[in-house]
Amino acid sequence: MNIFLKTLERDLKMAFRNPSSFLNPLMFFVISISLFPIAISPDAETLMNIAPGIIWVITMLSVLLSLNSLFHYDYDNGILEQIVISHHSLSLVLLAKTTAHWVLSGLPIIILSPLLGITLFLDFKSIYILMLTLCLATPCLSLIGTIGASLVVSIKNSSMLLSLLILPLYIPILIFATSAVSQSQFDLPINGQLYFLGSILIVSLISTPFISAVALRISME
Amino acid sequence: MSKLSINNLSCQRGYNLLFENLSFDLKSGEALRICGQNGSGKTSLLKIIAGLNTPELGSIEFNQSKSNSEKYQLEILYLGHYAALSSELNCIENLEYLTNLSTKLISPNFYNALKEVGLKNYEHDLAGNLSAGQKRRIALSLLFISQSKVWLLDEPFTALDSNGIKIIENQIEKHCAKGGLCILTTHQECNIKSLKEISL
Repeated sequence: MNIFLKTLERDLKMAFRNPSSFLNPLMFFVISISLFPIAISPDAETLMNIAPGIIWVITMLSVLLSLNSLFHYDYDNGILEQIVISHHSLSLVLLAKTTAHWVLSGLPIIILSPLLGITLFLDFKSIYILMLTLCLATPCLSLIGTIGASLVVSIKNSSMLLSLLILPLYIPILIFATSAVSQSQFDLPINGQLYFLGSILIVSLISTPFISAVALRISME
Repeated sequence: MSKLSINNLSCQRGYNLLFENLSFDLKSGEALRICGQNGSGKTSLLKIIAGLNTPELGSIEFNQSKSNSEKYQLEILYLGHYAALSSELNCIENLEYLTNLSTKLISPNFYNALKEVGLKNYEHDLAGNLSAGQKRRIALSLLFISQSKVWLLDEPFTALDSNGIKIIENQIEKHCAKGGLCILTTHQECNIKSLKEISL
C-alpha cells in the first residue's frame, strides 16, 4: 500500500510543478463548452436540451487528451522500466497512476461542471445529476483509458490509435450518463442509468488494473 | 555462496537472432563485462536478466529463485540506458522513489550516497536543471544505497568524467568484495579487478 501512496504523491507533485500538463485539457474543456452558446444559439431552451450531450462529449475528449501523456513521460525517462521490474505489484502502481490521472483530469471537471451547467441553462436538479454521473463515470474513463495508454506506450504519436482503441469502450458510459441527465430534466426515473454507471465503475475498478499491467508488460517487451 | 545461472538463453528481435544457447554462471564476488558490437544484444541480454523481456528459450535462476519471482526481483538492481529520473523532482525525491521501487530499505542515507558520487550540495536541485553527467551520477548513487546482490548496469559510464568512472569502478569492486555480483556493458576501458568478459 505504501508504494500506492508514494506513486500517487510523486505523480501529483510532478503535475503541480509542471501544471501545463494537466491544465491544457482542462482549458480545452472550459473553452469548448463556453463556445457552444456563441456558435449555436443563446436560446435557453435549445442549450438546455443539448447541454448533457455537450458536457459529456467534451469531458470524454478532454480525458482522452490527457491520457496520451499518462505513461509517455515515464517511458521516455526509463522510470517505467524500473516500475515494471519492481517487486511491488504492477497493478497497484498502475492504479496509483490512474488515481493521480483522475485527480488531475476528472476531479477538476466535476468541480467546474456546475459553472458550465449554468452557462448552458441547466436547472439545479440537472446539475446535481450531471455531477453525480461525472462522479460515477470519470473514474471509469481514467481506468479504461489506462488500458489503452498501456497498449500504445511504446508507439510514437499514438494519440489517434489511442482514440480508436478507447472511444468504443467509452460509448456505453456516454449513453447512460447523457440519458440520466436528459431524463432528469423531464423528472423521469434515472435509477437504471445510475446503477449501470455504478456497476461499470465497480467492474472497471476490479479488472482494469490487472488488464493494464498485462498490457504494459507486453508493450515494454 | 550466491549464484546466478543463465541456461541456454536465446533471444530474437524481429527476424534477427541476437544470440542462442547462451549459458554461464556467475558466483558471489564476480563481475562480468558483456562485450559486443552495437546491436549485438547486450542491452537485450541485460533486460532479460532483469526480467523486463522474456527470452525465446532458456531460463535464469538466482539461488534457485526463478526470474519472475518476487524474491528474484528483490535481489536485482537494474540501471538502464536512461537515468530513470523525473525532471520535476529534486535529487532526494528521485532517489526516494527509485529506492521505494527497487528495495525494501527503511531509511537509506540519500545525502551520503549523493556525497559519494560528488553531488554534495545538489540534494535539493531539480534533476531537470542538472547536466547529463550529473543526472547519471544521481542514478548511480543507487549503488551506494542498494542492498541487492545482483547489479545489472547498462553503459554505466556514459556521460561520466574520469573521476566519476573511477568512483563507480571502486564501488563495483567493493560490492564484489562483499559477495555481490555485477554484470555490465560498456564500450569504454574499465579497470575493475578480476573482471570477466564474454562476447556476444
